[in-house]
Amino acid sequence: MSAPNPSGWQPSLGSMGSESVEPMTASGDRGLMLEEPLSFELGSAGKCGVDMDEPDEAPVSGLSSFLRECAPELPGLTEPEVIRHYSRLSRMNYGIDLGPFPLGSCTMKHNPRLNEKVARLPGFADIHPLQPHETVQGALDVIEQLADWLIRLTGMAAVAMSPKAGAHGELCGLLCIRAAHDAAGERRTVVLVPESAHGTNPATAAFAGYKVEAIPATPDGRVDLAALKEQLSADVAGVMITNPNTCGLLEREMKAIGDAVHAVGGYVYCDGANFNAIVGKLRPGDLGIDAMHINLHKTFSTPHGGGGPGSGPVVLSEALAPFAPLPFVTRVADGTLRLIEEGEAAEHAPESFGRMTAFHGQMGMFTRGLAYILSHGADGLKQVAEDAVLNANYVLRACEDLLDAPFAQSGPCMHEALFSDSSLPDGFSTLDIAKGLIDEGFHPMTVYFPLVVKGAMLVEPTETESKMGLDRFILSLRNVVQRAVNADESLHSAPVFAPRRRLDETQAARKPVLVWNGDRDG
Amino acid sequence: MRYLPLTDADRAEMLALIGAGSIDELFCDISPEFRLPGPIEGLPLHASEMAVERHMSRLAAKNLSAGQAPFFLGAGAYRHHIPATVDHLIQRGEFLTAYTPYQPEIAQGTLQVLFEFQTQVARLFGTDIANASMYDGSTACWEAIQMAGRITKRDRVVLSDGLHAHYVSVIEAMARFTADTIDTRSPALEAEPDTSKLVGSIDEETSCVVVQYPDILGRIPDLRAIAEAVHAQGALLIAVVTEPVALGLIEAPGNLGADIVVGEGQSLGVGLQFGGPYLGLFGCRQKFVRQMPGRICGQTVDAAGKRGFVLTLSTREQHIRREKATSNICTNSGLCALAFSIHMSLLGGEGLARLARINHARAQEMVRRLTAIAGVSCLNDVYFNEVTLVLPKPARDVLQALARRDVLGGVSLSRLYPGTSGLENAMLVTATETVSEEDIEAFASALEGVLA
Amino acid sequence: MSRYFTTDHEWVEVSGDAGTVGITDYAQGQLGDITFVELPAPGQAVNKGDSVAVVDSVKAASDVYTPVSGTVSEANSALEEAPELVNAEAESGGWLFRITVSNPGEIDGLMDETAYKAYIAEL
Repeated sequence: MSAPNPSGWQPSLGSMGSESVEPMTASGDRGLMLEEPLSFELGSAGKCGVDMDEPDEAPVSGLSSFLRECAPELPGLTEPEVIRHYSRLSRMNYGIDLGPFPLGSCTMKHNPRLNEKVARLPGFADIHPLQPHETVQGALDVIEQLADWLIRLTGMAAVAMSPKAGAHGELCGLLCIRAAHDAAGERRTVVLVPESAHGTNPATAAFAGYKVEAIPATPDGRVDLAALKEQLSADVAGVMITNPNTCGLLEREMKAIGDAVHAVGGYVYCDGANFNAIVGKLRPGDLGIDAMHINLHKTFSTPHGGGGPGSGPVVLSEALAPFAPLPFVTRVADGTLRLIEEGEAAEHAPESFGRMTAFHGQMGMFTRGLAYILSHGADGLKQVAEDAVLNANYVLRACEDLLDAPFAQSGPCMHEALFSDSSLPDGFSTLDIAKGLIDEGFHPMTVYFPLVVKGAMLVEPTETESKMGLDRFILSLRNVVQRAVNADESLHSAPVFAPRRRLDETQAARKPVLVWNGDRDG
Repeated sequence: MRYLPLTDADRAEMLALIGAGSIDELFCDISPEFRLPGPIEGLPLHASEMAVERHMSRLAAKNLSAGQAPFFLGAGAYRHHIPATVDHLIQRGEFLTAYTPYQPEIAQGTLQVLFEFQTQVARLFGTDIANASMYDGSTACWEAIQMAGRITKRDRVVLSDGLHAHYVSVIEAMARFTADTIDTRSPALEAEPDTSKLVGSIDEETSCVVVQYPDILGRIPDLRAIAEAVHAQGALLIAVVTEPVALGLIEAPGNLGADIVVGEGQSLGVGLQFGGPYLGLFGCRQKFVRQMPGRICGQTVDAAGKRGFVLTLSTREQHIRREKATSNICTNSGLCALAFSIHMSLLGGEGLARLARINHARAQEMVRRLTAIAGVSCLNDVYFNEVTLVLPKPARDVLQALARRDVLGGVSLSRLYPGTSGLENAMLVTATETVSEEDIEAFASALEGVLA
Repeated sequence: MSRYFTTDHEWVEVSGDAGTVGITDYAQGQLGDITFVELPAPGQAVNKGDSVAVVDSVKAASDVYTPVSGTVSEANSALEEAPELVNAEAESGGWLFRITVSNPGEIDGLMDETAYKAYIAEL
């Protein structure tokens, strides 16, 4: 079936756009398609967008031998110039506010604005991490309440709140495992990780001092339990398993995997990046998991902000809880909340492996995450998982006739649908599909991940897409795939309607230009 | 539920297309014994926006925020005025709700900001290059130590006694697992950092020396002299800046010989936020670029020859190099980097210098007033906006008493260095441009009252 | 002087105890545009099969395993400024490093050009 195209627009290079058809503009802008110089090319020395009340000639006597020779060579801009610069730049970005952002494994869902509002309450945004505990009881209560939700939603014994992002949470979990074995006088050297795992898993395991060995997969895209059992030994510190996995499938044998790992004295780390598919439907703690990070910026909707900040609390089993990092919140005898830091560790946390970050984690994400959780409640969170899974299966079934779906027969997918480019004609690849989707006005799916599927395309719609929105996305995806099937060479030039055409990544890597030196050249 | 667009009719229609009789069929891979039958018991159900806002506002009201009281805390997190422009711009949905710029054609906004940010950080630090951010100053510091180890192929790390106690804790916790040797000690209450002792502990096994600038006690170490001694042993100097506003006034570490400069960028644009999210800054010499951790944005051209930006040198990173990556970091502090960059663009270099002079003047005024109190002395001869005060009583008790009088007075050294004797009566106090004369007077009279 | 190949797509040309190592033209074609080459330091002792160099393209970093044991005598410094030489001249000017071969017997386990051509034809 070829995709109908209600707009009547037929993609072809000839009609689109070369300079011969469209007039050149003196500004370089084209209507609302705006170009923007670097701030350094706009500003000038002596300008400033901040008025200061104080007299400029302040005494600096004591500092004389330390003074900076000249102020940092950074031009100033006035407020209207700054507003315009960044507003124009923002127009060159795609965001979830503009349309579906179906990056598999990344969970780009709607970011509720209530969460932004509450995070900015001065009682949260304008408090210092080292204020006396008596003056921050509400903030400690936020951490305590969120921690309680995370523990109950996962069925685990404890949670370490301080990790700064998912990969930092993985590190937290593995360091707990290392510390637990150290405490038992054991030095194990191997961590088992499936090849389909996020790159952070092996990178983290290597950092924590382990040798990484791959766990084979079954043809249906899941961990090969029998093969895993063969690999287990007294040298295996643990396994790192993503569940649901990066092929979008639930690991049916998770409990059996855990039992087998525990039987040789190892621990089970679960990469919880995909917890959004099972929240409220399944508690990882019931499956024998010892540690799992939760990306608040995925499951619990805190904004990704163009690459962070994240937040990666780690839920822990009874066995690992004593080793959790400092600081953490606890309620003391008089009913008040206290932060357990180095000074109190000997009494409250003698086995803690120590501190991972300067302060207590991502408070600004905790407030947002808690507001999201309270808004949904236990019933809404269950609905979140159901709608996310429903949406992904809808996309899978709507496209599997046209695009290879390697695990379409492995049972329902969870929150994401996996396709590959193996059915496309020679010369057409996943990259073309992704860039074609940009011209259709959509952010592409995750491409070339997981590595175990050649030319992978991982589509995660999330629960915050409407059916109509999904239908539009499916229509466009089918249209782009059909162009490839028709061997439409113009697809290789896509995108042509974006602020930039394909960028030369080879040049960027061969001759890196990482800072602006326009005022220093020549 | 206000965030879920599917209607029951949609769900039924979609299930029919999928060929599933019910939603439960899509969860059939969960073994029935583990499948939760309904909403988890004992947890509240969904709530209206108004109800959630009320709940969160009540919690917020239980905190004494910095704006409600004379406020003098620092110790690695500083309160500066953030122009309204910053918060407006970072809430534009195209920035706030974008992902890591993996599709550069539709992420030029984020990418150009990162390129500008890297340039700003490099110029502030006096380094050749900078990356696109780390989690915070402490993790940036640990990553710098790891990087120095890769470059020098040595594993002994010397920390100056002026490095933030929590940064030292992070380093010690991580080093326990990497088997790096950490040479560290708690600070002594001396007016100047002991450069000769630090220099004396560098040997031919030393990978790097880590020096905070200004240091935890507010003192300013002689980086140039330290750099010479470090380089003479073939080691690298890592400078740590926890208060970047200081660099408006004092010389950039890169210009004094530091090889890697890391810092906490929270002071500009980000706010206190009870400790996070913050912004790890990371700059270094050009020749070390391929050993750098984290994301890096670079300039290039597109197929039509227009200037554009991409994430580059990705083969260092975990998503490609996996267990051989330079770091496991993935998500960093993108939106905080945007906030920093906007604030820096508003200030410009000269504005930052002026802001720094005002901070220093405020601190001088504060020191003058507080040291007029009987029994209170200032440790520092030289400082930027933060000093160590020595009191006649244990500082932690004094700070609690001040808090009861609604004065947020500082950070006690005994909280940062529990168990280290001789520091009990000392506390760090900071004055930024947000501190008024009235605040200083209120602080002084409350302190007089508490000490009386 | 003769040239031998590995199943990992390295080549080594041996003359007496002097060897020159590179990646094959087939390998560079598979990798795409080479952006950077990490080279071993002269004087480094290496064993057959060790990863001694890394060839980066935009989206991949590939280890280069030495086909023979010995001591690295020289790295191709031209690649520092012009990694694209590996694309243009993989089996000549784009060589990676020279090595003083310590165990000439190891060559017996490698493929000659005919065998290698047959090998890649099957891939």
